[in-house]
Amino acid sequence: MPEVQSIRPPEAATRPSVPAAAPGVPSPEETPAFDIRDFSLWYGPRQALQAVTIRIPAKRVTAIIGPSGCGKSTFLRALNRMHEVTPGTRIQGQLRLFGDDLYAATVDPAAVRRRVGMVFQKSNPFPTMSIEENVLVGLRLNGIRDRAFLQRRLEESLKLSALWDEVKDHLKRPGISLSGGQQQRLCIARALAVQPEVLLMDEPCSALDPIATAKIEELIQQLRLQYTVVIVTHNMQQAARCSDRTAFFYMGTLIEFSDTRTLFTNPANPQTEAYVSGRFG
Amino acid sequence: MPAAAISLRPSEVQQGWRRWKSRLITCAMGLSAAVVMTPLFLVLYFLIREGASSLDWNFFTQLPKPTGETGGGMANAIVGTITLLAMAAVIGVPIGVMGGIYLAEYGSERGNDGLRFAADVLNGVPSIVWGMVIYVILVTPFKTFSAYAGGVALGLMMIPLIMRTTEEVLLLIPQSYREAALALGIARWKIILVIVVKAAMKGIVTGILIALARVAGETAPLLFTALGNNFWNHNLKEPIAALPLQIFAYAISPYDDWHRQAWAGALVLMLLILGTNICVRLLSRDRRI
Repeated sequence: MPEVQSIRPPEAATRPSVPAAAPGVPSPEETPAFDIRDFSLWYGPRQALQAVTIRIPAKRVTAIIGPSGCGKSTFLRALNRMHEVTPGTRIQGQLRLFGDDLYAATVDPAAVRRRVGMVFQKSNPFPTMSIEENVLVGLRLNGIRDRAFLQRRLEESLKLSALWDEVKDHLKRPGISLSGGQQQRLCIARALAVQPEVLLMDEPCSALDPIATAKIEELIQQLRLQYTVVIVTHNMQQAARCSDRTAFFYMGTLIEFSDTRTLFTNPANPQTEAYVSGRFG
Repeated sequence: MPAAAISLRPSEVQQGWRRWKSRLITCAMGLSAAVVMTPLFLVLYFLIREGASSLDWNFFTQLPKPTGETGGGMANAIVGTITLLAMAAVIGVPIGVMGGIYLAEYGSERGNDGLRFAADVLNGVPSIVWGMVIYVILVTPFKTFSAYAGGVALGLMMIPLIMRTTEEVLLLIPQSYREAALALGIARWKIILVIVVKAAMKGIVTGILIALARVAGETAPLLFTALGNNFWNHNLKEPIAALPLQIFAYAISPYDDWHRQAWAGALVLMLLILGTNICVRLLSRDRRI
Protein backbone atom coordinates (compact mmCIF):
# COMPACT_ATOMS: atom_id res chain seq x y z
CA MET A 1 0.00 0.00 0.00
CA PRO A 2 2.62 2.65 0.86
CA GLU A 3 4.51 1.69 -2.30
CA VAL A 4 1.59 2.61 -4.49
CA GLN A 5 1.28 5.92 -2.70
CA SER A 6 4.96 6.64 -3.20
CA ILE A 7 4.83 6.27 -6.98
CA ARG A 8 1.95 8.66 -7.33
CA PRO A 9 3.19 12.03 -8.51
CA PRO A 10 2.46 14.95 -6.17
CA GLU A 11 -0.03 16.56 -8.56
CA ALA A 12 -2.30 13.54 -8.20
CA ALA A 13 -3.56 14.98 -4.95
CA THR A 14 -4.71 18.18 -6.61
CA ARG A 15 -6.69 16.44 -9.34
CA PRO A 16 -10.43 16.13 -8.90
CA SER A 17 -11.25 13.07 -6.90
CA VAL A 18 -12.71 10.14 -8.70
CA PRO A 19 -16.30 9.50 -7.79
CA ALA A 20 -17.58 6.14 -6.63
CA ALA A 21 -16.10 2.66 -7.03
CA ALA A 22 -12.75 3.13 -5.35
CA PRO A 23 -10.08 1.76 -7.70
CA GLY A 24 -9.02 -1.74 -7.06
CA VAL A 25 -11.92 -2.79 -4.94
CA PRO A 26 -13.49 -5.70 -6.75
CA SER A 27 -17.17 -6.03 -6.28
CA PRO A 28 -18.89 -9.34 -6.80
CA GLU A 29 -21.65 -7.81 -8.91
CA GLU A 30 -19.17 -6.54 -11.52
CA THR A 31 -20.33 -7.68 -14.95
CA PRO A 32 -17.61 -8.76 -17.31
CA ALA A 33 -17.44 -6.80 -20.58
CA PHE A 34 -15.04 -9.23 -22.20
CA ASP A 35 -15.22 -12.89 -21.36
CA ILE A 36 -12.18 -14.46 -22.94
CA ARG A 37 -11.32 -18.14 -22.75
CA ASP A 38 -8.25 -19.99 -23.99
CA PHE A 39 -7.59 -17.32 -26.55
CA SER A 40 -4.45 -17.89 -28.63
CA LEU A 41 -3.14 -15.88 -31.56
CA TRP A 42 -0.49 -16.60 -34.19
CA TYR A 43 1.36 -14.33 -36.58
CA GLY A 44 2.17 -16.86 -39.25
CA PRO A 45 4.08 -19.61 -37.44
CA ARG A 46 4.85 -17.47 -34.37
CA GLN A 47 2.47 -17.73 -31.45
CA ALA A 48 1.93 -14.30 -29.88
CA LEU A 49 -0.77 -15.13 -27.31
CA GLN A 50 -0.93 -18.38 -25.36
CA ALA A 51 -4.36 -19.51 -24.23
CA VAL A 52 -5.30 -16.30 -22.45
CA THR A 53 -8.30 -16.57 -20.13
CA ILE A 54 -9.51 -13.32 -18.61
CA ARG A 55 -12.73 -11.53 -17.68
CA ILE A 56 -12.42 -7.79 -18.17
CA PRO A 57 -14.98 -5.93 -16.04
CA ALA A 58 -17.41 -3.40 -17.51
CA LYS A 59 -17.17 0.30 -16.62
CA ARG A 60 -13.76 -0.09 -15.11
CA VAL A 61 -10.29 0.78 -16.29
CA THR A 62 -8.17 -2.26 -16.95
CA ALA A 63 -4.47 -1.73 -17.51
CA ILE A 64 -2.27 -4.16 -19.38
CA ILE A 65 1.39 -4.11 -18.52
CA GLY A 66 4.41 -6.17 -19.43
CA PRO A 67 7.79 -5.90 -21.12
CA SER A 68 8.11 -5.11 -24.86
CA GLY A 69 7.06 -7.99 -27.06
CA CYS A 70 4.98 -9.67 -24.34
CA GLY A 71 1.84 -9.59 -26.48
CA LYS A 72 0.02 -6.78 -24.69
CA SER A 73 -0.58 -4.72 -27.84
CA THR A 74 -1.52 -7.85 -29.76
CA PHE A 75 -4.02 -8.73 -27.06
CA LEU A 76 -5.50 -5.23 -27.19
CA ARG A 77 -5.81 -5.34 -30.96
CA ALA A 78 -7.46 -8.75 -30.79
CA LEU A 79 -10.23 -7.19 -28.67
CA ASN A 80 -11.57 -5.31 -31.71
CA ARG A 81 -10.06 -7.53 -34.40
CA MET A 82 -7.62 -4.82 -35.46
CA HIS A 83 -4.86 -7.45 -35.60
CA GLU A 84 -6.54 -8.71 -38.77
CA VAL A 85 -4.94 -5.75 -40.59
CA THR A 86 -1.72 -7.78 -40.41
CA PRO A 87 -1.88 -10.55 -43.00
CA GLY A 88 -1.36 -14.14 -41.91
CA THR A 89 -2.83 -14.03 -38.41
CA ARG A 90 -4.83 -16.87 -36.94
CA ILE A 91 -6.77 -17.21 -33.68
CA GLN A 92 -8.16 -19.95 -31.52
CA GLY A 93 -10.39 -19.81 -28.48
CA GLN A 94 -13.30 -17.70 -27.45
CA LEU A 95 -13.73 -13.96 -27.09
CA ARG A 96 -17.13 -12.64 -26.06
CA LEU A 97 -18.25 -9.06 -25.48
CA PHE A 98 -21.36 -8.90 -23.29
CA GLY A 99 -22.14 -12.42 -24.39
CA ASP A 100 -21.63 -11.94 -28.13
CA ASP A 101 -18.95 -13.96 -29.83
CA LEU A 102 -16.89 -11.31 -31.66
CA TYR A 103 -15.19 -13.92 -33.82
CA ALA A 104 -18.33 -15.70 -35.01
CA ALA A 105 -18.28 -16.32 -38.75
CA THR A 106 -21.30 -14.07 -39.31
CA VAL A 107 -19.81 -11.07 -37.49
CA ASP A 108 -18.49 -8.18 -39.59
CA PRO A 109 -15.19 -6.84 -38.16
CA ALA A 110 -16.39 -3.28 -38.89
CA ALA A 111 -19.40 -3.91 -36.63
CA VAL A 112 -17.06 -5.14 -33.87
CA ARG A 113 -15.03 -1.96 -34.15
CA ARG A 114 -18.12 0.22 -33.87
CA ARG A 115 -18.68 -1.40 -30.46
CA VAL A 116 -15.01 -1.41 -29.47
CA GLY A 117 -13.23 1.84 -30.30
CA MET A 118 -9.50 2.40 -30.24
CA VAL A 119 -6.97 5.15 -29.60
CA PHE A 120 -3.43 4.70 -30.86
CA GLN A 121 0.02 5.42 -29.54
CA LYS A 122 0.65 8.20 -32.02
CA SER A 123 -2.18 10.66 -32.47
CA ASN A 124 -3.53 10.40 -36.01
CA PRO A 125 -6.21 12.98 -36.84
CA PHE A 126 -7.12 12.89 -40.52
CA PRO A 127 -4.99 15.58 -42.18
CA THR A 128 -7.60 16.69 -44.70
CA MET A 129 -10.32 17.25 -42.10
CA SER A 130 -11.20 20.00 -39.66
CA ILE A 131 -11.59 19.38 -35.93
CA GLU A 132 -15.33 19.00 -36.37
CA GLU A 133 -15.02 16.67 -39.36
CA ASN A 134 -12.51 14.55 -37.49
CA VAL A 135 -14.87 14.03 -34.57
CA LEU A 136 -17.87 13.28 -36.75
CA VAL A 137 -16.23 11.20 -39.48
CA GLY A 138 -17.13 7.89 -37.84
CA LEU A 139 -20.81 8.84 -37.62
CA ARG A 140 -20.99 10.41 -41.07
CA LEU A 141 -19.29 7.53 -42.84
CA ASN A 142 -21.57 5.13 -41.03
CA GLY A 143 -24.48 6.88 -42.70
CA ILE A 144 -25.75 9.33 -40.08
CA ARG A 145 -27.07 12.56 -41.62
CA ASP A 146 -29.24 14.03 -38.84
CA ARG A 147 -27.70 17.48 -38.29
CA ALA A 148 -29.00 18.01 -34.77
CA PHE A 149 -27.79 14.61 -33.67
CA LEU A 150 -24.35 15.19 -35.19
CA GLN A 151 -24.09 18.58 -33.50
CA ARG A 152 -25.01 17.04 -30.16
CA ARG A 153 -22.50 14.22 -30.53
CA LEU A 154 -19.80 16.73 -31.53
CA GLU A 155 -20.28 18.72 -28.36
CA GLU A 156 -20.69 15.70 -26.09
CA SER A 157 -17.62 13.94 -27.46
CA LEU A 158 -15.40 17.00 -27.23
CA LYS A 159 -16.62 17.73 -23.71
CA LEU A 160 -16.05 14.14 -22.64
CA SER A 161 -12.52 14.27 -24.02
CA ALA A 162 -11.95 17.59 -22.19
CA LEU A 163 -11.20 19.43 -25.41
CA TRP A 164 -14.41 21.43 -25.88
CA ASP A 165 -13.31 24.59 -24.06
CA GLU A 166 -10.06 24.74 -26.01
CA VAL A 167 -11.53 24.26 -29.49
CA LYS A 168 -15.18 25.35 -29.37
CA ASP A 169 -14.43 28.66 -31.11
CA HIS A 170 -12.47 27.19 -34.01
CA LEU A 171 -14.03 23.89 -34.90
CA LYS A 172 -13.37 24.50 -38.59
CA ARG A 173 -9.61 24.60 -38.19
CA PRO A 174 -7.61 21.59 -39.41
CA GLY A 175 -7.30 18.83 -36.82
CA ILE A 176 -3.56 18.73 -37.29
CA SER A 177 -3.23 22.38 -36.27
CA LEU A 178 -3.66 21.33 -32.61
CA SER A 179 -0.81 20.51 -30.22
CA GLY A 180 0.25 16.90 -29.67
CA GLY A 181 -1.77 16.41 -26.50
CA GLN A 182 -4.82 18.11 -28.00
CA GLN A 183 -4.53 15.91 -31.08
CA GLN A 184 -4.57 12.82 -28.89
CA ARG A 185 -7.70 14.09 -27.08
CA LEU A 186 -9.21 14.82 -30.50
CA CYS A 187 -8.58 11.18 -31.41
CA ILE A 188 -10.29 10.14 -28.19
CA ALA A 189 -13.26 12.36 -29.05
CA ARG A 190 -13.36 10.82 -32.51
CA ALA A 191 -13.42 7.33 -31.02
CA LEU A 192 -16.12 8.31 -28.49
CA ALA A 193 -18.36 9.99 -31.06
CA VAL A 194 -19.56 6.67 -32.43
CA GLN A 195 -20.62 5.69 -28.89
CA PRO A 196 -18.64 2.48 -28.50
CA GLU A 197 -19.17 0.24 -25.50
CA VAL A 198 -15.46 -0.18 -24.94
CA LEU A 199 -12.50 2.12 -25.53
CA LEU A 200 -9.10 0.53 -26.13
CA MET A 201 -6.02 2.69 -25.66
CA ASP A 202 -2.65 1.56 -26.94
CA GLU A 203 -0.03 3.50 -24.98
CA PRO A 204 -1.96 6.72 -25.54
CA CYS A 205 0.49 8.90 -23.62
CA SER A 206 3.85 7.55 -24.69
CA ALA A 207 4.38 10.41 -27.17
CA LEU A 208 3.15 13.14 -24.80
CA ASP A 209 4.74 15.39 -22.21
CA PRO A 210 3.82 15.03 -18.50
CA ILE A 211 1.19 17.79 -18.55
CA ALA A 212 -0.60 16.38 -21.58
CA THR A 213 -0.30 12.94 -20.00
CA ALA A 214 -1.92 14.16 -16.78
CA LYS A 215 -4.85 15.54 -18.79
CA ILE A 216 -5.39 12.25 -20.58
CA GLU A 217 -5.20 10.31 -17.32
CA GLU A 218 -7.74 12.63 -15.77
CA LEU A 219 -9.93 12.08 -18.78
CA ILE A 220 -9.64 8.30 -18.38
CA GLN A 221 -11.04 8.70 -14.86
CA GLN A 222 -14.06 10.49 -16.32
CA LEU A 223 -14.52 7.86 -19.00
CA ARG A 224 -14.77 4.96 -16.59
CA LEU A 225 -18.15 6.23 -15.45
CA GLN A 226 -19.63 5.47 -18.86
CA TYR A 227 -17.21 3.22 -20.69
CA THR A 228 -15.16 0.11 -20.26
CA VAL A 229 -11.58 1.18 -20.81
CA VAL A 230 -8.65 -1.09 -21.56
CA ILE A 231 -5.28 0.63 -21.63
CA VAL A 232 -1.91 -0.78 -22.61
CA THR A 233 0.94 1.06 -20.98
CA HIS A 234 4.69 0.81 -20.65
CA ASN A 235 4.50 3.02 -17.66
CA MET A 236 3.76 1.16 -14.45
CA GLN A 237 3.10 4.34 -12.51
CA GLN A 238 0.45 5.18 -15.05
CA ALA A 239 -1.18 1.77 -14.61
CA ALA A 240 -1.08 2.27 -10.85
CA ARG A 241 -2.49 5.78 -11.09
CA CYS A 242 -5.41 5.27 -13.37
CA SER A 243 -6.56 1.67 -13.48
CA ASP A 244 -8.87 -0.44 -11.36
CA ARG A 245 -7.53 -3.75 -12.56
CA THR A 246 -4.16 -4.65 -13.96
CA ALA A 247 -3.14 -7.59 -16.11
CA PHE A 248 0.49 -8.57 -16.38
CA PHE A 249 1.54 -10.29 -19.61
CA TYR A 250 4.83 -12.02 -20.19
CA MET A 251 5.87 -13.87 -23.35
CA GLY A 252 2.33 -14.05 -24.66
CA THR A 253 0.92 -15.46 -21.46
CA LEU A 254 -1.31 -13.76 -18.93
CA ILE A 255 0.71 -14.15 -15.74
CA GLU A 256 -1.50 -12.36 -13.28
CA PHE A 257 -4.71 -10.38 -13.26
CA SER A 258 -6.06 -8.74 -10.17
CA ASP A 259 -7.08 -5.40 -8.83
CA THR A 260 -4.37 -2.84 -9.36
CA ARG A 261 -3.49 -2.27 -5.74
CA THR A 262 -3.01 -5.96 -5.07
CA LEU A 263 -0.98 -6.51 -8.22
CA PHE A 264 1.44 -3.73 -7.36
CA THR A 265 1.71 -4.27 -3.61
CA ASN A 266 1.10 -7.93 -3.05
CA PRO A 267 1.44 -9.84 -6.30
CA ALA A 268 0.73 -13.55 -6.16
CA ASN A 269 3.24 -14.50 -8.82
CA PRO A 270 7.02 -14.06 -8.35
CA GLN A 271 7.41 -12.98 -12.01
CA THR A 272 4.89 -10.21 -11.48
CA GLU A 273 6.68 -9.13 -8.36
CA ALA A 274 10.01 -9.06 -10.18
CA TYR A 275 8.52 -6.93 -12.95
CA VAL A 276 6.60 -4.42 -10.85
CA SER A 277 9.51 -3.93 -8.51
CA GLY A 278 11.70 -3.13 -11.51
CA ARG A 279 13.98 -6.16 -11.39
CA PHE A 280 13.47 -6.95 -15.06
CA GLY A 281 11.68 -5.74 -18.17
CA MET B 1 56.37 8.62 -41.61
CA PRO B 2 54.00 6.13 -39.99
CA ALA B 3 53.22 8.49 -37.12
CA ALA B 4 51.84 11.12 -39.48
CA ALA B 5 49.87 8.55 -41.43
CA ILE B 6 48.17 7.36 -38.26
CA SER B 7 47.50 10.84 -36.92
CA LEU B 8 43.84 11.84 -37.21
CA ARG B 9 44.76 15.46 -37.68
CA PRO B 10 45.58 16.05 -41.36
CA SER B 11 48.73 18.00 -42.21
CA GLU B 12 48.64 21.34 -44.02
CA VAL B 13 49.58 19.60 -47.26
CA GLN B 14 46.84 17.02 -46.87
CA GLN B 15 44.30 19.72 -46.13
CA GLY B 16 45.34 21.68 -49.18
CA TRP B 17 44.95 18.59 -51.39
CA ARG B 18 41.53 17.85 -49.90
CA ARG B 19 40.32 21.37 -50.52
CA TRP B 20 41.52 21.15 -54.10
CA LYS B 21 39.78 17.80 -54.65
CA SER B 22 36.60 19.17 -53.15
CA ARG B 23 36.61 22.16 -55.50
CA LEU B 24 37.29 19.95 -58.51
CA ILE B 25 34.36 17.60 -57.79
CA THR B 26 32.00 20.50 -56.96
CA CYS B 27 32.92 22.10 -60.28
CA ALA B 28 32.32 18.86 -62.18
CA MET B 29 28.88 18.47 -60.57
CA GLY B 30 27.99 22.11 -61.28
CA LEU B 31 28.96 21.65 -64.93
CA SER B 32 26.86 18.49 -65.21
CA ALA B 33 23.89 20.35 -63.77
CA ALA B 34 24.42 23.12 -66.31
CA VAL B 35 24.56 20.58 -69.13
CA VAL B 36 21.20 19.19 -67.96
CA MET B 37 19.66 22.66 -68.12
CA THR B 38 21.13 23.65 -71.47
CA PRO B 39 18.84 21.62 -73.78
CA LEU B 40 15.75 23.08 -72.13
CA PHE B 41 16.99 26.61 -72.73
CA LEU B 42 18.10 25.75 -76.26
CA VAL B 43 14.66 24.34 -77.07
CA LEU B 44 12.90 27.36 -75.65
CA TYR B 45 15.33 29.76 -77.35
CA PHE B 46 14.88 28.30 -80.82
CA LEU B 47 11.14 27.89 -80.47
CA ILE B 48 10.73 31.50 -79.46
CA ARG B 49 13.18 32.82 -82.05
CA GLU B 50 11.62 30.91 -84.93
CA GLY B 51 8.06 30.58 -83.77
CA ALA B 52 7.13 33.74 -81.89
CA SER B 53 7.08 35.91 -85.02
CA SER B 54 4.51 33.62 -86.71
CA LEU B 55 2.26 33.53 -83.68
CA ASP B 56 -0.64 35.87 -84.23
CA TRP B 57 -4.38 35.91 -83.73
CA ASN B 58 -4.92 34.11 -87.04
CA PHE B 59 -2.79 31.21 -85.89
CA PHE B 60 -5.30 30.47 -83.13
CA THR B 61 -8.47 31.17 -85.13
CA GLN B 62 -7.94 30.08 -88.74
CA LEU B 63 -7.68 26.82 -90.60
CA PRO B 64 -4.56 25.98 -92.61
CA LYS B 65 -4.48 27.74 -96.00
CA PRO B 66 -4.08 25.71 -99.20
CA THR B 67 -0.60 25.35 -100.66
CA GLY B 68 0.55 28.57 -102.28
CA GLU B 69 -1.51 30.90 -100.14
CA THR B 70 0.20 32.54 -97.18
CA GLY B 71 -1.26 32.99 -93.70
CA GLY B 72 -3.75 30.68 -92.08
CA GLY B 73 -3.45 29.00 -88.70
CA MET B 74 -3.78 25.82 -86.70
CA ALA B 75 -7.07 26.41 -84.92
CA ASN B 76 -8.30 22.96 -85.91
CA ALA B 77 -5.11 21.30 -84.67
CA ILE B 78 -5.28 23.06 -81.30
CA VAL B 79 -8.91 22.06 -80.82
CA GLY B 80 -8.03 18.59 -82.13
CA THR B 81 -5.27 18.09 -79.59
CA ILE B 82 -7.59 19.19 -76.79
CA THR B 83 -10.31 16.82 -78.07
CA LEU B 84 -7.87 13.92 -78.27
CA LEU B 85 -6.56 14.64 -74.77
CA ALA B 86 -10.11 14.76 -73.41
CA MET B 87 -10.90 11.38 -74.98
CA ALA B 88 -7.60 9.97 -73.70
CA ALA B 89 -8.41 11.25 -70.20
CA VAL B 90 -11.85 9.63 -70.26
CA ILE B 91 -10.16 6.28 -70.86
CA GLY B 92 -6.88 6.72 -69.03
CA VAL B 93 -7.88 8.52 -65.82
CA PRO B 94 -10.56 6.18 -64.41
CA ILE B 95 -8.78 2.98 -65.38
CA GLY B 96 -5.38 4.29 -64.30
CA VAL B 97 -6.60 5.63 -60.95
CA MET B 98 -8.67 2.54 -60.14
CA GLY B 99 -5.77 0.30 -61.14
CA GLY B 100 -3.47 2.30 -58.88
CA ILE B 101 -5.92 1.99 -55.97
CA TYR B 102 -6.09 -1.75 -56.55
CA LEU B 103 -2.30 -2.03 -56.51
CA ALA B 104 -1.93 0.04 -53.34
CA GLU B 105 -4.90 -1.24 -51.33
CA TYR B 106 -5.98 -4.63 -52.64
CA GLY B 107 -4.52 -7.58 -54.47
CA SER B 108 -2.05 -10.21 -53.37
CA GLU B 109 1.62 -9.44 -53.18
CA ARG B 110 2.53 -11.78 -56.02
CA GLY B 111 -0.31 -10.68 -58.28
CA ASN B 112 0.60 -7.07 -57.70
CA ASP B 113 4.24 -7.71 -58.57
CA GLY B 114 3.05 -9.09 -61.88
CA LEU B 115 0.78 -6.08 -62.46
CA ARG B 116 3.54 -3.64 -61.63
CA PHE B 117 5.90 -5.39 -63.98
CA ALA B 118 3.28 -5.29 -66.74
CA ALA B 119 2.68 -1.58 -66.15
CA ASP B 120 6.41 -0.84 -66.24
CA VAL B 121 6.80 -2.77 -69.49
CA LEU B 122 3.81 -0.92 -70.97
CA ASN B 123 5.42 2.38 -69.97
CA GLY B 124 8.41 1.37 -72.06
CA VAL B 125 6.49 0.28 -75.16
CA PRO B 126 7.55 2.59 -78.04
CA SER B 127 4.69 4.89 -78.88
CA ILE B 128 4.67 3.89 -82.56
CA VAL B 129 3.86 0.36 -81.45
CA TRP B 130 0.75 1.68 -79.72
CA GLY B 131 -0.21 3.37 -82.98
CA MET B 132 0.20 0.15 -84.96
CA VAL B 133 -1.81 -1.92 -82.49
CA ILE B 134 -4.68 0.55 -82.47
CA TYR B 135 -4.50 0.72 -86.26
CA VAL B 136 -5.20 -3.00 -86.41
CA ILE B 137 -7.89 -2.92 -83.73
CA LEU B 138 -9.78 0.31 -84.46
CA VAL B 139 -8.82 1.55 -87.92
CA THR B 140 -8.83 -1.45 -90.27
CA PRO B 141 -12.15 -2.94 -89.05
CA PHE B 142 -13.97 0.39 -89.56
CA LYS B 143 -12.07 1.20 -92.75
CA THR B 144 -11.38 4.76 -91.61
CA PHE B 145 -8.91 6.71 -89.50
CA SER B 146 -10.74 8.38 -86.66
CA ALA B 147 -10.47 10.70 -83.69
CA TYR B 148 -11.69 7.80 -81.55
CA ALA B 149 -8.73 5.65 -82.57
CA GLY B 150 -6.32 8.49 -81.71
CA GLY B 151 -7.98 9.10 -78.35
CA VAL B 152 -7.86 5.41 -77.48
CA ALA B 153 -4.18 5.18 -78.42
CA LEU B 154 -3.30 8.12 -76.16
CA GLY B 155 -5.63 6.89 -73.40
CA LEU B 156 -4.04 3.45 -73.33
CA MET B 157 -0.61 5.06 -73.08
CA MET B 158 -1.80 7.05 -70.07
CA ILE B 159 -3.07 4.05 -68.11
CA PRO B 160 0.23 2.60 -66.88
CA LEU B 161 1.63 6.07 -66.16
CA ILE B 162 -1.32 7.09 -64.01
CA MET B 163 -1.55 3.68 -62.39
CA ARG B 164 2.00 3.76 -61.10
CA THR B 165 1.91 7.37 -59.87
CA THR B 166 -1.43 6.78 -58.14
CA GLU B 167 -0.07 3.70 -56.41
CA GLU B 168 3.01 5.56 -55.26
CA VAL B 169 1.13 8.48 -53.71
CA LEU B 170 -1.37 6.16 -52.01
CA LEU B 171 1.46 4.21 -50.42
CA LEU B 172 2.78 7.51 -49.02
CA ILE B 173 -0.38 7.90 -46.92
CA PRO B 174 0.57 6.60 -43.47
CA GLN B 175 -0.92 3.28 -42.41
CA SER B 176 -2.01 4.96 -39.16
CA TYR B 177 -4.82 6.83 -40.99
CA ARG B 178 -6.19 3.58 -42.37
CA GLU B 179 -6.03 2.03 -38.90
CA ALA B 180 -7.69 5.02 -37.27
CA ALA B 181 -10.55 4.77 -39.74
CA LEU B 182 -10.82 0.99 -39.40
CA ALA B 183 -11.06 1.38 -35.63
CA LEU B 184 -14.12 3.60 -36.13
CA GLY B 185 -15.91 0.71 -37.80
CA ILE B 186 -15.97 2.36 -41.23
CA ALA B 187 -16.30 0.11 -44.27
CA ARG B 188 -13.06 -0.45 -46.14
CA TRP B 189 -14.16 1.03 -49.48
CA LYS B 190 -15.34 4.20 -47.74
CA ILE B 191 -12.02 4.50 -45.94
CA ILE B 192 -10.16 4.21 -49.22
CA LEU B 193 -12.36 6.71 -51.05
CA VAL B 194 -13.05 9.29 -48.38
CA ILE B 195 -9.87 9.17 -46.34
CA VAL B 196 -6.96 7.67 -48.24
CA VAL B 197 -7.71 8.88 -51.78
CA LYS B 198 -8.81 12.27 -50.49
CA ALA B 199 -5.56 12.71 -48.61
CA ALA B 200 -3.64 11.70 -51.73
CA MET B 201 -5.76 13.76 -54.14
CA LYS B 202 -3.13 16.34 -55.00
CA GLY B 203 -0.60 13.66 -55.79
CA ILE B 204 -3.08 11.78 -57.95
CA VAL B 205 -4.00 14.93 -59.88
CA THR B 206 -0.31 15.67 -60.32
CA GLY B 207 0.19 12.22 -61.81
CA ILE B 208 -2.74 12.74 -64.19
CA LEU B 209 -1.36 16.09 -65.37
CA ILE B 210 2.09 14.60 -65.92
CA ALA B 211 0.55 11.79 -67.97
CA LEU B 212 -1.48 14.30 -70.02
CA ALA B 213 1.60 16.42 -70.68
CA ARG B 214 3.48 13.33 -71.69
CA VAL B 215 0.94 12.15 -74.29
CA ALA B 216 0.06 15.66 -75.51
CA GLY B 217 3.19 15.75 -77.61
CA GLU B 218 2.98 12.19 -78.96
CA THR B 219 3.03 12.02 -82.75
CA ALA B 220 3.74 8.42 -83.59
CA PRO B 221 0.59 6.84 -82.10
CA LEU B 222 -1.54 9.39 -83.98
CA LEU B 223 0.05 8.81 -87.38
CA PHE B 224 -2.02 5.70 -88.15
CA THR B 225 -5.00 6.51 -85.95
CA ALA B 226 -6.11 10.16 -85.89
CA LEU B 227 -4.21 10.73 -89.15
CA GLY B 228 -4.58 14.53 -89.19
CA ASN B 229 -7.00 16.78 -90.99
CA ASN B 230 -6.72 20.17 -92.68
CA PHE B 231 -10.27 21.06 -91.79
CA TRP B 232 -12.51 21.07 -88.76
CA ASN B 233 -13.48 17.67 -87.51
CA HIS B 234 -17.25 17.40 -87.30
CA ASN B 235 -17.47 13.73 -86.48
CA LEU B 236 -15.23 11.81 -84.11
CA LYS B 237 -15.52 8.81 -86.43
CA GLU B 238 -13.43 10.77 -88.94
CA PRO B 239 -9.79 11.87 -88.92
CA ILE B 240 -8.93 14.77 -86.66
CA ALA B 241 -6.06 17.26 -86.66
CA ALA B 242 -3.55 17.39 -83.81
CA LEU B 243 -0.70 19.79 -83.11
CA PRO B 244 2.12 17.23 -83.27
CA LEU B 245 0.75 15.82 -86.55
CA GLN B 246 0.39 19.29 -88.06
CA ILE B 247 3.92 20.19 -86.99
CA PHE B 248 5.19 16.98 -88.54
CA ALA B 249 3.37 17.56 -91.83
CA TYR B 250 4.47 21.19 -92.08
CA ALA B 251 8.06 20.60 -91.00
CA ILE B 252 8.70 18.06 -93.79
CA SER B 253 7.02 20.25 -96.42
CA PRO B 254 9.11 22.28 -98.89
CA TYR B 255 7.45 25.64 -98.09
CA ASP B 256 9.05 28.33 -95.92
CA ASP B 257 5.69 29.62 -94.81
CA TRP B 258 4.72 26.16 -93.54
CA HIS B 259 8.07 25.83 -91.78
CA ARG B 260 7.30 29.03 -89.90
CA GLN B 261 3.89 27.69 -88.98
CA ALA B 262 5.49 24.45 -87.76
CA TRP B 263 7.75 26.46 -85.45
CA ALA B 264 4.77 28.38 -84.13
CA GLY B 265 2.88 25.12 -83.56
CA ALA B 266 5.85 23.66 -81.74
CA LEU B 267 6.01 26.76 -79.54
CA VAL B 268 2.31 26.46 -78.68
CA LEU B 269 2.69 22.75 -77.88
CA MET B 270 5.73 23.47 -75.73
CA LEU B 271 3.90 26.25 -73.87
CA LEU B 272 0.97 23.89 -73.29
CA ILE B 273 3.27 21.30 -71.73
CA LEU B 274 5.24 23.91 -69.80
CA GLY B 275 1.97 25.31 -68.45
CA THR B 276 0.87 21.85 -67.34
CA ASN B 277 4.16 21.30 -65.57
CA ILE B 278 3.89 24.65 -63.82
CA CYS B 279 0.41 23.62 -62.62
CA VAL B 280 1.97 20.40 -61.31
CA ARG B 281 4.58 22.39 -59.40
CA LEU B 282 1.98 24.68 -57.86
CA LEU B 283 -0.19 21.71 -56.87
CA SER B 284 2.59 19.70 -55.29
CA ARG B 285 4.17 22.66 -53.52
CA ASP B 286 2.20 22.60 -50.26
CA ARG B 287 1.44 18.92 -50.11
CA ARG B 288 0.57 18.07 -46.53
CA ILE B 289 1.97 14.59 -46.59
